[in-house]
Amino acid sequence: MNYQLLLPEIFLFLWAIFIFIVDFFRKEKKQNLAYLALLGIIITIVLVMTSQKGDLFGGMFHADSFSTFFNLIFLATGFLTILSSVEFTKKLPSYQGEYFGLILFSMVGMMFLASAGELLTLYVSLELTTIPLFVLAAYRKDEQKSSEAGLKYLILGGMSSALLLFGISLLFGLTGTTFLKELKTTLIVKFISTGEIGPALALSLIFIIAGLGFKLALVPFHMWVPDVYEGAPTPITAFLSVASKAAGIAAFLRIFFRAFLIVQVDWVLLLAVLASLAMIIGNVIALLQTNIKRMLAYSSIAQIGYILIGAVSASSTGASSIAFYTFVYMFANMGAFITAITFSNSTGSDEIKDYAGLSRRSPALAAMMAVFMLSLVGIPPLAGFMGKYYLFSSAIEQDYIWLVVVAILTSVISLYYYLGVVRQMYFQASPDEKAVSIAITPAFKTALIISVIGVLIFGILPHIFLNLANQAAAVFLY
Amino acid sequence: MNFPILSLMTFIPLLGMVVILLTKKEQENLVRYLAALFSFIPLVLSFILLSQYRGSTSQIQFVEKFDWIPSLGITYYMGADGLSVPMLFLTALLGFLSVIYSFGDIKERIKQYFAFLLLLEVGMMGVFAALDFFLFYIFWEIVLVPMYFLIGVWGHGRKEYSAIKFFLYTLFGSLFMLVGILALYFNVEPHTLNMMVLIEKAPMLTRGFQLLVFSAFYIAFAVKVPVFPFHTWLPDAHVDAPTAVSVILAGILLKMGTYGFLRISYPMFPQGAIYFALPIGILALINIVYGALVCMAQKDLKKMIAYSSVSHMGYCMLGIAAITVTGISGCVFQMVSHGLITGALFLLVGMLYERAHTREIQAFGGLWIKIPVYSGLMLLFCLGSLGLPGMSGFISEFMVFIGSFPSFKIIVPLAVIGVVITAAYFLRTIQAMFLGTFNTKWEGLTEISAREIFTVVPLAILMIGIGIFPSPLANMIKATIENIVHLVTG
Repeated sequence: MNYQLLLPEIFLFLWAIFIFIVDFFRKEKKQNLAYLALLGIIITIVLVMTSQKGDLFGGMFHADSFSTFFNLIFLATGFLTILSSVEFTKKLPSYQGEYFGLILFSMVGMMFLASAGELLTLYVSLELTTIPLFVLAAYRKDEQKSSEAGLKYLILGGMSSALLLFGISLLFGLTGTTFLKELKTTLIVKFISTGEIGPALALSLIFIIAGLGFKLALVPFHMWVPDVYEGAPTPITAFLSVASKAAGIAAFLRIFFRAFLIVQVDWVLLLAVLASLAMIIGNVIALLQTNIKRMLAYSSIAQIGYILIGAVSASSTGASSIAFYTFVYMFANMGAFITAITFSNSTGSDEIKDYAGLSRRSPALAAMMAVFMLSLVGIPPLAGFMGKYYLFSSAIEQDYIWLVVVAILTSVISLYYYLGVVRQMYFQASPDEKAVSIAITPAFKTALIISVIGVLIFGILPHIFLNLANQAAAVFLY
Repeated sequence: MNFPILSLMTFIPLLGMVVILLTKKEQENLVRYLAALFSFIPLVLSFILLSQYRGSTSQIQFVEKFDWIPSLGITYYMGADGLSVPMLFLTALLGFLSVIYSFGDIKERIKQYFAFLLLLEVGMMGVFAALDFFLFYIFWEIVLVPMYFLIGVWGHGRKEYSAIKFFLYTLFGSLFMLVGILALYFNVEPHTLNMMVLIEKAPMLTRGFQLLVFSAFYIAFAVKVPVFPFHTWLPDAHVDAPTAVSVILAGILLKMGTYGFLRISYPMFPQGAIYFALPIGILALINIVYGALVCMAQKDLKKMIAYSSVSHMGYCMLGIAAITVTGISGCVFQMVSHGLITGALFLLVGMLYERAHTREIQAFGGLWIKIPVYSGLMLLFCLGSLGLPGMSGFISEFMVFIGSFPSFKIIVPLAVIGVVITAAYFLRTIQAMFLGTFNTKWEGLTEISAREIFTVVPLAILMIGIGIFPSPLANMIKATIENIVHLVTG
């Protein structure tokens, strides 16, 4: 048993506990804990990049290119989240250590999720991912919306876990195994012998899609997103919108591209329809939003639609395009949220109309926000365009032209609300009393610069991560 | 010729943009001189391009090619031929002249203005130089963002509305082109995005596929040209944009559409070109006549010139639809000529607006008495725009009519009506604004300045030069046009 493969996860877990302990014994200067958490993440990143590949526990745990790729996404997102939480935690009256510890625990859960080779491991990892997030969403004890967010997330999250578990149990009943590789061979045998999937298998697929769909904020399981995103502390919203989605995507890819590839003809069309619904509903409702967090919430609902376009290709190109887009989406989305956090720290507002005139007050901040918005639309030469190009090409390769047409029409719609923020910043004049520039602390600056560089570079030189995404997807070839 | 002239022409303005963004806000004059410098260099390079270009062959020259993202079939491939060289020159020239004009026009947020203007030039140069579809698409879209800001921040009237309308409309069209590009990529073995290779492989594509993808690209290019009924963004964007931006919009951006037809749609989807020839011709006719009629109804000078662009681009489309060497040559001549003439007209309108703060035709009268030099220049360009022989507009319209008549025996005579209407609205405007009794309201008008004369004189020289000696340009484009016609008609 090569337990060395578990080293990154174990390390991060212990580091989280370490932060709890440090917090318990410190009586003053709680701000240092953020940097302690950042250090832990950096060490984990190094461990992930230097770890070997292999399987553990008879295939329950895979350490392969796929898990490495997604682990990097989770760790980078966590890094940016904690950087942007420095100001927030300074103001917390209590439980500061727990904040960072919970984020790290959630990340451990995500890392196990990306490595899962077996459904119950996947389920437990999913729980480890989401339960800390329930608590974190309610962290602003002085805000009623925050408690509401936490409670909504808890109830709906719990219910969707139950759905997922039910689907898994049906699957176990049908095939006698929960190991994904064995599921695949068993299903192949069944499929070849009967020629069609039975009602039980269809039902289990639907429950699994429903359970995962909640995590992914897939329409029609998206209702919790706007309220939870608006109520949660904004760094946690950022974390939710990127990391927990990426975790859901990793889980989705593991299950569907490993176990269910043989019956793809049935779920591919369903997902294409769900993706279209997500793009349409997410983009259209985002048009009406006046609060930036809600707007970004609906935008992320739509973005999942784009990501699932890659699923219809049910091949390694499709998986690769999903992985690559998740990666570039992280930069743009985190960047947008971090800008919103920076802005609301100075002005206390999350309303888009308060961004008026930002281009004069803080030209650099406004310019970065504009870049993030344009990347989310998918304007070249930004990274968002490269990601969308890859997704569209994998869909067209499979002749799903109608899906791509839906995607481009909704992209045009999305231009309008993403540019709405740009319009406020550049075309409107700021009310005179607020003609003060936004303070950007070093922590925010670092986080923003990382995000902007990511968005600018990976549109033109995507090679490194494109290759990593291809390698990650190659895992599903056998 | 072994330095990468096309990449330099494309990316030096980008370097200029970065340098300008690094200057301090207060150094306004430095920003202006930097902008002038970084738009002058591409102009110099374009002269080199013109002198080094060999018009005797339709082969691509000045090639720069290397692998960019091999796993997706994307190469960095730049090259120029008889179609793109005049466009590259026009872009460099109008880019430079609009920077010079903007010295007096733009008074606030100067740094950002020139940064966006230079970024715009990068996009336009790249579109004409790129020969890989992915590269082409990137440059095509890069143009949208600075245009949005330029119109929305420094424009007048309903600038925000016009800016977002422009962006949405053009993005809508471009995304259909993206679908077309991807469909093309997957339908060719081996998969490639290299335009020249795709042109060669065109006969392999099935007829149905060609018709479909032709239509997809048509949407994108039709919005740009603009073809009726996709033209409604143009009056808003042209009128509400600041002067220099209107010049670039009318002078170059519209030509990106016709360039797209000639570079991509016609060589790669000849079946589509032939099948849709009559509808395209009819729409061209509507552009010409309807555009001219709407001009007759305009009270705002700038809006009238904007609609005249719609009308003039109709001549381009007519020449393209005819698929003859003379017709398409006429189209390319019109692309150059219209860029020069309408560019100058917008500059002149801007100069008047700066002084008088109105663009209403009837508000003026007898201006020749007060500002004779300006009036003379305006008359010159109006006559050029209506196609007076001796100027480039006549050559292009004449070639279009002669070249299209064999294909469209009914449409062409009807299109000639457009020429008459054009003459009517231009002459009427000149009479209302410059002739007659002097309207004493304008006692304080100042004459055109030396800097402003500098911006329009090169355009005048070229307009008359091409009008009297069209052969240099004709020889430059001939081989390439013949190749295009050959590719379509087989």
